[in-house]
Amino acid sequence: MLIASPQFMHFDAPLALQSGAELRQYRLAYETYGQLNARKSNAVLVCHALNASHHVAGVYQGQPHSEGWWDAMVGPGKPVNTDEFFVIGVNNLGSCFGSTGPMHDNPDTGRIYGADFPVVTVEDWVNAQARLLDQLGIGQLAAVLGGSLGGMQALSWTLQYPERVRHAVVVASAPNLNAENIAFNEVARRAIVTDPDFHSGNFYAKGVVPKRGLRIARMIGHITYLSDDVMNEKFGRELREGLDLKYSTQEVEFQIESYLRYQGDKFAEYFDANTYLLITRALDYFDPAKACGGDLSQAFQKARARFLLVSFTTDWRFSPQRSREIVKALLDNRREVSYAEIDAPHGHDAFLLTDARYMAVMQGYFQGIQKEFKQEEPNPAQSQEVLSHKGEEPL
Amino acid sequence: MTDPNLHRIVASLIPQGARVLDLGCGDGALLSYLADHKGCSGYGIEISDENVQACMQRGVNVIQLNLEEGLAMFGDQSFDVVLQIDTLQNLKNAEVVMQETARVGKTGVVAFPNFAHWPNRWSVLWGRMPVTRRLPYQWYDTPNIRVGTHADLLALARRNHLQILENFGVHLGRVVRTLPNWRASTSVVKFTRSPAQL
Repeated sequence: MLIASPQFMHFDAPLALQSGAELRQYRLAYETYGQLNARKSNAVLVCHALNASHHVAGVYQGQPHSEGWWDAMVGPGKPVNTDEFFVIGVNNLGSCFGSTGPMHDNPDTGRIYGADFPVVTVEDWVNAQARLLDQLGIGQLAAVLGGSLGGMQALSWTLQYPERVRHAVVVASAPNLNAENIAFNEVARRAIVTDPDFHSGNFYAKGVVPKRGLRIARMIGHITYLSDDVMNEKFGRELREGLDLKYSTQEVEFQIESYLRYQGDKFAEYFDANTYLLITRALDYFDPAKACGGDLSQAFQKARARFLLVSFTTDWRFSPQRSREIVKALLDNRREVSYAEIDAPHGHDAFLLTDARYMAVMQGYFQGIQKEFKQEEPNPAQSQEVLSHKGEEPL
Repeated sequence: MTDPNLHRIVASLIPQGARVLDLGCGDGALLSYLADHKGCSGYGIEISDENVQACMQRGVNVIQLNLEEGLAMFGDQSFDVVLQIDTLQNLKNAEVVMQETARVGKTGVVAFPNFAHWPNRWSVLWGRMPVTRRLPYQWYDTPNIRVGTHADLLALARRNHLQILENFGVHLGRVVRTLPNWRASTSVVKFTRSPAQL
C-alpha cells in the first residue's frame, strides 16, 4: 500500500487573480507519489473537483482507512501507475483541506478571511498549480488529469500553458456549466447563505458552523451525481423501518431520505461553507469560449496537447454531449484527440468508481503515454529541449 | 480488419501525408500502418469498447461514436480520405454513412465483402447461404446486415452522384481488375463527390 504524506509549499510572491484582486501570500498543500525520472518527463498532475483534495492516492501512516479520493485510479499497478509516473495532487486555493482558504488569516488584516477571501477561478488555480510545478522543477507535464471540475482545470492548463502539457485527460467534464447546472449550484449556495449560522460568511468567530445549509447543499449535489436508475436500484421506494407507513411529514420514511441525510450530516462535519460557495462559483465562471465570443473552436486554437476525453452515458450533470462539444472543438483545430463514452449506470459519480471499461480505457491511454516517454529516453539532446519549456503564456 | 494485404492495398490508394478518418477502425492497425508507412495523421471511429482500448494502447487517436448517428462532429471536406474498410456491411444506415463519407472526405474508400464472388453464387445456386473464409458466419448469426456485391456498391455510389475514381476487387491479397464482381471476395471503390455537387 502506498503511504502518502502531505507537504506544504509557501509562496511569498503575490498571485494576481482573474478578478483583479490578489493573494499576497499563500500556501499550497500537495502530495506526490512515485519517482520523478532524471529527465523530469514523467510528471502527472491530478486536479481535484468540488469536495476533494491533494490526497489523491494511498493512505496516511497508521490510518488504514484514509485512502485518497482517486486511489482506484492512481497507485502502483493502477491505471495511472505510480511505478512509472510521478503523480502530484494539489489542493486548490480557497479549499478547506490545507491550502490557503477562507478559514485562514488574511495577512492584510490579521483576521480570518471568512467572506473576504477573494473569488478564485479555474484559471487562478491553474496559475497557482503552475507555480508549484516551477518550484518542483517540472517544466512540462506528461499529463494533466482531472474529472468534473478537475477536468476543467486540465482543459484550462492546455490553454494557459500550452507548451507545458503533453497530454490532457479530461473525464466527465464540460466546456462550461449550462443554466441547469448553475441553478443547482445556486440552490446549494442559497441553502448555505440563508442558514442563520452563516453570519455573512464570518461564522468562525461566532464558534458556529452553518451545518443546515451545508447538509442541504450536499443533498442537492448528491442527487445530481447519481442517475435515476442507480437511485431506484439502490433505494427504490424502500422504507427505512418495516413495511408500514408512519404517516409523518417530518420523520425519515424512505431509505433515500435516510441516505441523503446521512451524506449531508457527514459532509457538514468536515466541509467549509465559504469553500463551498467559492468552488461552486469557480465552476459557474469557467467558460474558456467566452473570450472568443462563445466560439469554443477558436478558444482551443491555443491548445497543443494531445487529449483524452471520457464521458459516461448516464451522467446528466456533465453529459456526453458536453464532452463531444470539446471533442468537436479539438477536431476543428486538427488537434490530437481520443474520446471514450463509457456505458456505465452510475451517473456523474461513475468517474470516481471502477467500471472495468473505464479503467481499461484509462490504463490503455496511460500505457500509450508511458511508451512515448520511454522511447524518448535514450536521446539526451531532446531532454534539454523539454526542460527548457518554461515560458508562461499570459491569460 | 487486420488483413495486412488489404491494408497494403488500401494504403496504395492514399496519398502521402493524408489526413485520414477511418470509420470502424477496429484495433487501429490500419491507421497505425498508414502513420508508419505513409506519414498519415487522423482519427479512427469505433463503437466497441475493446477496440477503443486497443487503439489507445497503440497511441492511435480514436473517437467512440455510433456511426449510425452520422458524422455531425466532422466538418465538410475536412479530411483528405475517409475510409470504410469492412464497415459498410454492418450498418443499418449504410447509404447515409456513404453520403456522410463523401461529405466529410475529399475522397472516400470503401471495401466490403463481395457477395457476388463466384463461390458465393455457387453456394446460393445450391440453395445455401455461403460460408467462406471471407464470409465466415452462418446466415442466422452474421453481423453483415447489408449483403451486397461489387456491382451494387458501384450502383450505390452512382445513385448518390459520386464520381468513381478507382474500383477493383481484392482476393487472397491480390488486386483483381478483370471481372472483379465474379473473381474477388472483396470489393474496393474509391470515390469523390462529383464536381457538380461541390
